[in-house]
Amino acid sequence: MTKMAATRDGYGDALLEMASNDKIVVLEADLGKSTKSLHFRKSYPERTISCGIGEQNMLLVAAGLASSGFIPFASTFAIFTERAFEQMRNGVARPNLPVHLCGSHGGTHTGTDGSSAQSIEDLAIYRTLPNVVVMHPCDVVSTKVLTMQLPDLNKPSYTRTARNKTPVLYEGREDEVKIGKGIVLHNGSDVAIIACGVLVHEALQAAADLHAMGISATVVDMHTIKPLDTNLIDSLIELCGAIVTAEDHSVIGGLGGAVAEYIVSKKPTPMEQIGVRDRFGESGQADEMLELMGLKSHHIVSSVERVLERKV
Amino acid sequence: MSEMSIPELEEMARKCRVEICRMTHRAQAGHPGGSLSEIDILCALYGNRLRVRPNEPNWSDRDRFILSKGHASPGMYALLSEMGFISNSDLESYRVLGGICQGHVDMKWCPGVDFSAGSLGMGLSFGLGCAIASRLENSQRNAYVMLGDGELQEGSVWEAAMAAAHHELGNLKVFVDRNRIQNDDFCEVQMRMFDIPAKWKSFGWEVKVIDGHSMIDIVDAIKWMDSVTDKPAVVIANTIKGKGISFMEDNPAFHGAAPSDEQLQLALKELGVAV
Repeated sequence: MTKMAATRDGYGDALLEMASNDKIVVLEADLGKSTKSLHFRKSYPERTISCGIGEQNMLLVAAGLASSGFIPFASTFAIFTERAFEQMRNGVARPNLPVHLCGSHGGTHTGTDGSSAQSIEDLAIYRTLPNVVVMHPCDVVSTKVLTMQLPDLNKPSYTRTARNKTPVLYEGREDEVKIGKGIVLHNGSDVAIIACGVLVHEALQAAADLHAMGISATVVDMHTIKPLDTNLIDSLIELCGAIVTAEDHSVIGGLGGAVAEYIVSKKPTPMEQIGVRDRFGESGQADEMLELMGLKSHHIVSSVERVLERKV
Repeated sequence: MSEMSIPELEEMARKCRVEICRMTHRAQAGHPGGSLSEIDILCALYGNRLRVRPNEPNWSDRDRFILSKGHASPGMYALLSEMGFISNSDLESYRVLGGICQGHVDMKWCPGVDFSAGSLGMGLSFGLGCAIASRLENSQRNAYVMLGDGELQEGSVWEAAMAAAHHELGNLKVFVDRNRIQNDDFCEVQMRMFDIPAKWKSFGWEVKVIDGHSMIDIVDAIKWMDSVTDKPAVVIANTIKGKGISFMEDNPAFHGAAPSDEQLQLALKELGVAV
């Protein structure tokens, strides 16, 4: 049976594992139990800073710490990081301070809390900020590995994690996971499905279903949305000549937006986007939400069929 | 460092006022009013208290000074020039493409600037982060923050005020430049703030109210701040916007407007410069 785990636990594990570096500090806005920074707090309370329910303050306290040589990791729900967007923009990204922001519970997959908790725009807004690395890993192992690579970046980052469990993909394959490098999980030459986060697993299912239909698909885990792995996209354009992007995020400005912006300037290629279609979510179980939003593997299969009709 | 005397600090402030007028006149833009109201405090802090090294601006154990009201940058640049962090000719780069003296103070552009400001309501949180960093390293360095009074209308200031008291940051020291004027008009018109000292007290801070243009008061207040070690301290400095230039004093028009050629001559004359 497939092993399941939540990406937010990968974030929590990474913080603990990095704790021997005494420059690592953790900031919370009353959601440490949820974002999983609580484990760090338990072991290193002196290096965990409670900011109460005050995200704007949290981001700039982190900036002050970073300007003094510390490596702050701040987390809250993805949606609540957005309240501090201008702090991230003016106080963190502009002076290029290595503050690492983690937004948990991203996407409609978050489920029954409903639309107020389902961030569908975080990847888009952080992607607009110069200097900021933006990531959305798909499993617990890659989340841990990527988070542990952040201190070496020496620049700010935003990482989206998810609340609910997803299949574990990278156990024993940790070496393949590197910031800024997409990972080919399945090889095919008819179409390339570029996915991130929860939708990577739907994309893999879609590839299996497509195979049964005689269509061979490449599946890429594009865990880093910025900087985008354009070398990989170049090769996908050549190899497949048709692209489908898939994300639990608005079709405006996220992974699909990033890929589209790139390929129109490089070599226009037929492309379809799987994502939230400019609407808000509602309360529902994670799987029900993916179905409602058109994010399931069968939706990906349909969009592959559409894009192949347009392939020259 | 050796302490500067009161007359020496006052002379330093006078020279800074001259440069504030020249800079904003040259750029035909900028914020003279709030620069002139804050400058006596800046001079007292840098001249008499801050542990900083002008020839080593990034010295990691320096006291931090965060100008949260970052639009009042001419005051900061004039001060940095007086202190030797930057040269007098650098002041000519104020608001000029490629110049180190950006419109609002920016730590990536100008030596001696500890915070990239320009958006109000942000500096106190940043200072809080610097204060926590100092404590984590068992350092004696303090974080000083200069807030504008209009800035207190930003809710994020009070998030920070609450957090600073919660974390008992005795190494966080704040001045509020209470010049009673903000961008569009007097604070009383734009958004009344009622009892400002009582607000800070109720947030758990030690509070003192002074005349922000009396160098003796300011120097005493800085010493008083040093005596507060178990909680954050704030000095509400009653000031006059445009202080030192008769036609700018208490005049909302000079929040964000530069003096004309004629006004510059008048201002310099009032500041005792032979023109």
